[in-house]
Amino acid sequence: MATWQILVILVKILVIVGLFQGAVAYMIMLERKIAAWAQDRVGPNRAGPFGLLQPLADGAKMLLKEDVIPGYVNRPIYVLAPAIAIVAATIGFAVVPFGPVGSDAPTVNGHAIEFQIAPNVDIGILYVFAIGSLAVYAVILGGWASNNKYSFLGGLRNSAQIISYEIPLGLSVIGMVMMARSLDLGEIMSWQEQNGLGFIPAWGILVQPLGCLIFLISAFAETNRLPFDLAEAEQELVGGFHTEYSAMKFGMFFLGEYLHVITVSFLMSILFLGGWDPLFFDLSSNGWIPAVIKVGVLFFKVFLMVVFIMWIRWTLPRFRYDQLMNLAWKAMIPLALLNLIVTMILLQIFRGIG
Amino acid sequence: MKLDDPNLKRVEPPKLTLFEKTYLPQILGGLAVTGRHILGAAVGGKAITVQYPEEQHVPSANYRGVHRLNKDEQGRVKCVACMLCATACPAHCIDIVGATAPPEWDDREKYPESFVIDELRCIYCGMCEEACPVDAIELTGLYDLTGLSREEMIYDKTKLLSVFDMTKDAEPMQSGNPPATLALPTSPLEPGGPGPRSSSSADMPSRS
Repeated sequence: MATWQILVILVKILVIVGLFQGAVAYMIMLERKIAAWAQDRVGPNRAGPFGLLQPLADGAKMLLKEDVIPGYVNRPIYVLAPAIAIVAATIGFAVVPFGPVGSDAPTVNGHAIEFQIAPNVDIGILYVFAIGSLAVYAVILGGWASNNKYSFLGGLRNSAQIISYEIPLGLSVIGMVMMARSLDLGEIMSWQEQNGLGFIPAWGILVQPLGCLIFLISAFAETNRLPFDLAEAEQELVGGFHTEYSAMKFGMFFLGEYLHVITVSFLMSILFLGGWDPLFFDLSSNGWIPAVIKVGVLFFKVFLMVVFIMWIRWTLPRFRYDQLMNLAWKAMIPLALLNLIVTMILLQIFRGIG
Repeated sequence: MKLDDPNLKRVEPPKLTLFEKTYLPQILGGLAVTGRHILGAAVGGKAITVQYPEEQHVPSANYRGVHRLNKDEQGRVKCVACMLCATACPAHCIDIVGATAPPEWDDREKYPESFVIDELRCIYCGMCEEACPVDAIELTGLYDLTGLSREEMIYDKTKLLSVFDMTKDAEPMQSGNPPATLALPTSPLEPGGPGPRSSSSADMPSRS
């Protein structure tokens, strides 16, 4: 690999990690704003114009607050857990294409610049799920290392939830994978782009509606967002696995959670919302301008997904723990299997005829 | 009422269709409601909260905020150091040191040499106000009571009198401005009222 290629990859990593971690700060502000609007309030508007400096104030507070480490915790693991949360959430972006990849990618001096940190990873989607499930270590180690019954039970509860919802999450995308015949996220996107019927696109939400719904619900549970945020139900459950965490270490768990929200929004946009397909005009040509438009379209869809996730938060009440488990095991997994079987049969029939 | 009572009306919950059992229509309806609120507040400016430092909330007339010590027409403190407020106070936050009134104050024997209220202990029940025979202590509508230290929150006589100067125009003294119900000439409840007493007044509970 030439030096310039390594440089390009490093620049991509810096841009993506910096962009998303900065976006997380503003997502927290957006979350607070949407929370306020849903309750007919105004929301944070003190720091800077329209409150736009609020994330800086929040960050300064996180860093400057007293960082308490109780004497009875298992120190190395206690410190490690929030780091795992962040790392697991960050490295998932490696295979997420945020712009044209492969033959669509724009070129510089005949070399393609692909908008993906690790392009051409055939197992893209498996990698994202594998990395995403590492987040459960942060939860259970954090709960265990806190050496506190409430935290431990909270960690167990939450890890059971994350693992349970991993199953329908994985099953729900297999339908899409079977149709596109690839695990590569870029391939799945281009399949959606190329297989529309006239003006009707072959977006995942239309060809796999049940899979889309199951993916969406599981994604909420995976990211610990409402209505599945038992881990954060402060008053009822004594804060769950992060009871003993304060200041920036607590903040890191949430940074991880918000990064997870971005990852899930990317997956949702790529798998089920057509990725960078702008729907109303054709962008199949190569070059920098279509590439930039594609990145913009994809980011816009991701933004809409993030807003939707926050919107849901102020609409649905929190699940009780047994309801949460019932939903996963008794409703979502059978439905996901059903979806899989029906997709399989239909694919056999149509491919057999065709 | 017994369970087999013929008058008992049984209400069956409405049967849900299969679509409704998925809760999707309800969820969509909920999203519509919150979406309306989000758009209303974000775009339509329909936020209903008071923007506090810019807009001041005006509490209702019977709100009980910071105390004040009233002054009479000559600018003297009205209090006669009778200790009734301190006795009535359930939180024991009023501390009065009485002294013999100066000879030129011919309407009273005593006056408060020091009058201290610990605003942090006070529960703002208004019993001191009720107990005071000369309407010297009153609770004002001032609610933004803040201080940087505990000492700052212990209000002495000077501070309590300055609260009076601050609020006397906005909130006139109750004794100087009797409530409208007392001034009604035909009120049957007023024993000394000039109006003719109705026969039904005998059924009214008498005021003690």
